[in-house]
Amino acid sequence: MSILVLAEHDNASLKSATLHAVTAAQKIGGDIHILVAGAGAQAAADAAAKVAGVSKVLLADDAIYGHALAENVAKLIVGLAPNYSHVLSAATVNGKNILPRAAALLDVQQISEISAVESADTFVRPTYAGNALTTVQSSDKIKLITVRATAFDAVAETGGSAAVEKIASAGDAGLSKFLGQEVQKTERPELTSARIVVSGGRGMQSGDNFKMLEEVADKLGAAVGASRAAVDAGFVPNDYQVGQTGKIVAPELYVAVGISGAIQHLAGMKDSKVIVAINKDEDAPIFQVADYGLVADLFTAVPELVKELNK
Amino acid sequence: MKVLVAVKRVIDANVKVRVKADGTGVETQNVKMSMNPFCEIATEEAVRLKEAGKVTEIVAVSLGNAQCAETIRTALAMGADRGIHVQTDVELQPLAVAKLLKAVVDKEQPGLVILGKQAIDDDANQTGQMLSALLGWPQATFASKLVLNDNNTANVTREVDGGLETIEVKTPFVMTTDLRLNEPRYASLPNIMKAKKKPIDALTPEQLGVDPTPRLKTLKVTEPPKRSAGIKVKSVAELVDKLKNEAKVI
Ligand SMILES: Cc1cc2nc3c(=O)[nH]c(=O)nc-3n(C[C@H](O)[C@H](O)[C@H](O)COP(=O)(O)OP(=O)(O)OC[C@H]3O[C@@H](n4cnc5c(N)ncnc54)[C@H](O)[C@@H]3O)c2cc1C
Ligand SMILES: Nc1ncnc2c1ncn2[C@@H]1O[C@H](COP(=O)(O)O)[C@@H](O)[C@H]1O
Repeated sequence: MSILVLAEHDNASLKSATLHAVTAAQKIGGDIHILVAGAGAQAAADAAAKVAGVSKVLLADDAIYGHALAENVAKLIVGLAPNYSHVLSAATVNGKNILPRAAALLDVQQISEISAVESADTFVRPTYAGNALTTVQSSDKIKLITVRATAFDAVAETGGSAAVEKIASAGDAGLSKFLGQEVQKTERPELTSARIVVSGGRGMQSGDNFKMLEEVADKLGAAVGASRAAVDAGFVPNDYQVGQTGKIVAPELYVAVGISGAIQHLAGMKDSKVIVAINKDEDAPIFQVADYGLVADLFTAVPELVKELNK
Repeated sequence: MKVLVAVKRVIDANVKVRVKADGTGVETQNVKMSMNPFCEIATEEAVRLKEAGKVTEIVAVSLGNAQCAETIRTALAMGADRGIHVQTDVELQPLAVAKLLKAVVDKEQPGLVILGKQAIDDDANQTGQMLSALLGWPQATFASKLVLNDNNTANVTREVDGGLETIEVKTPFVMTTDLRLNEPRYASLPNIMKAKKKPIDALTPEQLGVDPTPRLKTLKVTEPPKRSAGIKVKSVAELVDKLKNEAKVI
């Protein structure tokens, strides 16, 4: 068996989500190849070649892969897939965008966001906002799978010495064009790979008040997240959203401030190692999953927390 | 231009879902069902396009058992013009839904198909991408803004991992909705009454020439491990102390 893992990268570097997908591939077992589709992506391919346990890196370097348009990357995958028993991707926005398109073209029923590998054809995946774990067995010849990164440890970033093989571009599908992006620049770690996450909810009342949480985050080297209510209200950008339909995180420490703990929010953070909740309502459901709960007004508790951390 | 919206009937988002004791699935008896929230957003977007004069007809499609007709009625009450119900009691997985929707699209020839990005029951996040693949159309997933241009293209802003990105797609295309695209309206009573008179066509997978047999066999459904509540701390100082000395995470 050979397994192809689609790399999540920004051309210059490999994103850690890929390392978690490689671990899932190792659990399935077989030769592991990484596909880097990008534009000027030699550096990302070189990084992929160093990943432990990877035997080959395929690099498709073409301007048309610069922004990971699904129509083009899926076309590339469809050409490669017949050489593999499994094609995996991390369940990032890119992975979720691209892989189902390739699956349909291959007449394969994709298995989304697996959280465990039972065997080469049987996988566990959370459904109903994580309220049920469903074990499914695939009868498809090739398995296309997205991987929930938080459910698999990252494989070592170094230690491997795979060959990088350049492969031909599959050509432009000519269906869509990248126009532009608004990306948040931040010095903080990425939400999905941060060791500590500090999140705010509707209780924060404004975007300005999130500065308090940023102060806490900076003290702890943490990323800042949010509930859907905080994003919908415009306090913070959309990519801060943690939850069933946002980002899934499982840091060492998750601090929820002014978040009630709706099922959709819990779905994105309840696998965190240690959970702290600060909420003025002692009956807030978030306390049912919190290791340490503090019933307090956040507008007094958070400034105190900053002071305490400065000590 | 005609727009097709795919609306799925799911367990209501506010219901606490319970796994059946025999491990075959989740409890659906006496459980409130609703239109998938992302499909409400899809319907709302179509209705706004029609109100803006950019769209002439909205067709709401739902696939599944007899009760899916109620979900179509909800879309009709929000402003869709007519419905198509693909009736089947077979468990439908995203690839089968995409194939069935493709057959409907081939008949109806819409310029745009809008789906939710994700159904909150299977959490699959696949159907829109699969449908556009089968049609050979562009896909604009996770949309938070749609602008139809005059030259048979559209600009779609997408919610991506780092923030937002805008792409241009050619029509016809498939779009899937994210949460910030719009805020769906509640259907008014007069519109609910009017919806009762709007037509719903029934079709079967056989009539559409599609075999909907599931490819994934569900072996079991279990409850996730429960997390138990910890302790309440009395002060910020105690919290910091616990995090440092007990949990050792800071
Ligand atoms: C289809 C769908 C998908 C969804 N996806 C997501 C998702 O991915 N992520 C997500 O988070 N949600 C999601 N939701 C929304 C979810 O159901 C909740 O509405 C949302 O999580 C609530 O956010 P919140 O806790 O910030 O707000 P609220 O529920 O309003 O809670 C605010 C909390 O702040 C506390 N508070 C207020 N003021 C203070 C103060 N001064 N000091 C201390 N505490 C204070 C209150 O006691 C309360 O508990 C989704 C919903 C749907 C229908
Ligand atoms: N049985 C169905 N009937 C109508 N639409 C569906 C059905 N299943 C999936 N869809 C559409 O596909 C979207 C994504 O579903 P999924 O890929 O299952 O997460 C939904 O929001 C619907 O728009």
